[in-house]
Amino acid sequence: MAIMTFAKAINEALTEAMTLDPDVICYGLGVPDPKGVFGTTMGLQEKFGDDRVFDMPTSENAMTGIGVGASLYGLRPVITHQRLDFALLSMDQLVNNAAKWRFMFGGQRGVSLTVRMILGRGWGQGPTHSQNLQAWFAHVPGLKVVMPATSEDAKGLLLSSIFDPDPVIFLEHRWLHNLRGEVPDGDYRIPLGKAKLLREGGDITVVAMSYMTIEALHAVDHLAEQGVNCDLIDLRCVRPLDWEAIEASVNRTGRLLVLDTGNLTGSISGEIVARVTANCWGALKCAPQRLAMPDYPEATSPSLTEGYHVRAEHIAEKIGKVLLREVQFASLSQQRKHPHDVPGDWFSGPF
Amino acid sequence: MTLDISKQLLFQMKRIRFVEEEIARRYPEGAMRCPTHLSVGQEAVAAAVGLALKHKDMAVSGHRAHAHYLGKGGNLKAMLAEIYGKATGCSHGKGGSMHLIDESVGFMGSTAIVGGTVPVGVGLAYGMKVKKSDQVSCVFHGDAVVETGAFFESVNFAVLKKLPVLFVCENNLYSVYSPLSVRQPEGRSIAAMVSGLGLPAYTGDGNDVAAVHAKVCESIAEIRAGGGPRFVEFSTYRWLEHCGPSYDNHIGYRSESEFLEWQAKEPITRFERVMLDNSTITAAELQLMNDNIALEVEEAFTFAEASPMPGPDSAYTGLYFEPSGFGSVPQSEGG
Repeated sequence: MAIMTFAKAINEALTEAMTLDPDVICYGLGVPDPKGVFGTTMGLQEKFGDDRVFDMPTSENAMTGIGVGASLYGLRPVITHQRLDFALLSMDQLVNNAAKWRFMFGGQRGVSLTVRMILGRGWGQGPTHSQNLQAWFAHVPGLKVVMPATSEDAKGLLLSSIFDPDPVIFLEHRWLHNLRGEVPDGDYRIPLGKAKLLREGGDITVVAMSYMTIEALHAVDHLAEQGVNCDLIDLRCVRPLDWEAIEASVNRTGRLLVLDTGNLTGSISGEIVARVTANCWGALKCAPQRLAMPDYPEATSPSLTEGYHVRAEHIAEKIGKVLLREVQFASLSQQRKHPHDVPGDWFSGPF
Repeated sequence: MTLDISKQLLFQMKRIRFVEEEIARRYPEGAMRCPTHLSVGQEAVAAAVGLALKHKDMAVSGHRAHAHYLGKGGNLKAMLAEIYGKATGCSHGKGGSMHLIDESVGFMGSTAIVGGTVPVGVGLAYGMKVKKSDQVSCVFHGDAVVETGAFFESVNFAVLKKLPVLFVCENNLYSVYSPLSVRQPEGRSIAAMVSGLGLPAYTGDGNDVAAVHAKVCESIAEIRAGGGPRFVEFSTYRWLEHCGPSYDNHIGYRSESEFLEWQAKEPITRFERVMLDNSTITAAELQLMNDNIALEVEEAFTFAEASPMPGPDSAYTGLYFEPSGFGSVPQSEGG
């Protein structure tokens, strides 16, 4: 067990996977460059050679199809995109080939492919460097979609993704890369599709994913000091989604707030509210609620993003409203000393 | 070319033709309930490339793939059963005519999106390179594929990494009803364009089966010797409509005279005549060949028609690896 950043945990998972299995290969724009995709791919090419670790042409679609073919040949490719937005060029290969291959050929062979995509936010990332389109991928039967929030989960879920027999979209929020946490040594795997109950409390179920889990932790712990006790579920995967964990919690608390890093309409949070409403109707004490990004792209200027994202104070305020209780939440924003468009002082751009 | 190879080429072409014509004849019965793209008139390339590749070599293809699948040695019964939507089909009824696979002979899959398997074929070749295999990956495609981004991206990578890929372009002049003239600039040859990407390219008559075979054997030898990818373009012509069992010269996108011109260059009788003339085959041998094909095809149709339909439950299997895990049963609300 060691304490390390989320980015280092990704790097450890890749190193571990490539050491364990010579069939694991890793490529993407900038993978072996001096910055190594925010440090996540540092040193891999030196260790494993340029057949297994390589930069690629700016050809997201074909390079994904090449990953499909390489996987059919027996390799386990890990493709890295510095932003999810760039991977949109590969939707044909992801949706029509990777996701369908096992099904459309009668179940005889699947595509063991991991596609890492980084979710941008703040520092002027703007409309095409900050999209959180997990709902797109989760909508496609045949894909799995992983969204870790902690260093420990980043490593354990990435190892499981790489060795999964089916295609996995692995979404890393850029604001998590510098977050530190304890990470088990060696080959450490967390099963895909199992949520984690981070806080236990009977008043309300709060469901979060990826970076929203961090904001939720601040809010939930702050409310606990005021006698409001929340179940906080970190989804970790949005497909498969751990319905059992969510429904068990809602059946206990009778209240639900879902937090989403994506735009509101058509989001994972909408899916969760719909399913819980249908399946836990009898247990619900009030209408399920959600907080997500507005139905607008993220603008670039810092003056245009100040109220755009959901922060801990919004979550605490919302929980208070759902519970019809006076809660104090203003201090949550007052505690933050750094500007609103960066995750912390460590982040000074450029991307 | 040896006597044996000539006979095999003729046999393969005839077999493909017979299968395709039999599908066309039975299609109106309504039992083959999927879009079906036939290769009548284009048999030479599939027969020659299939024979030039070794069993261990791999191939992928697109929507018009029956001939490529059969040329590579794909199981006929499993293909027909697939078109009939049967449980015994090569994709257990999940894929139909446009999703053929027989990994036992290296036919790794054909899919329905134009250009979709080009990177897949290049990816197979990357696997071959990493694992230091001497196999070749063959990508069958049509003239419209060279208009897709996936094609340019894939060729670039194959050339960059010197991958063992044989790109086989069957140029039949049409994409559905759209002629080359509305899709590619006049006077630009596909082979010339491709060679500009650093990919050695050749263009030739796709209805001359012996010439196709000779050229493809040469290209495969160069690839196996480590020369990197090769591109061969063969001109040919599909006789039937883009999708379905009928002739469609009357609907106005191509002319009867053009069709007749190509029919005169028909690959099978042309080769058969040469073989009879130079006595590489006798009339009696030819008759036997025809009879054997008819028998085999009849038997395969009987198998396909008699095979059971897949059970409705199997519509919800095979999505993910776990046979009984999530995804194998549709999840429902309110249950």
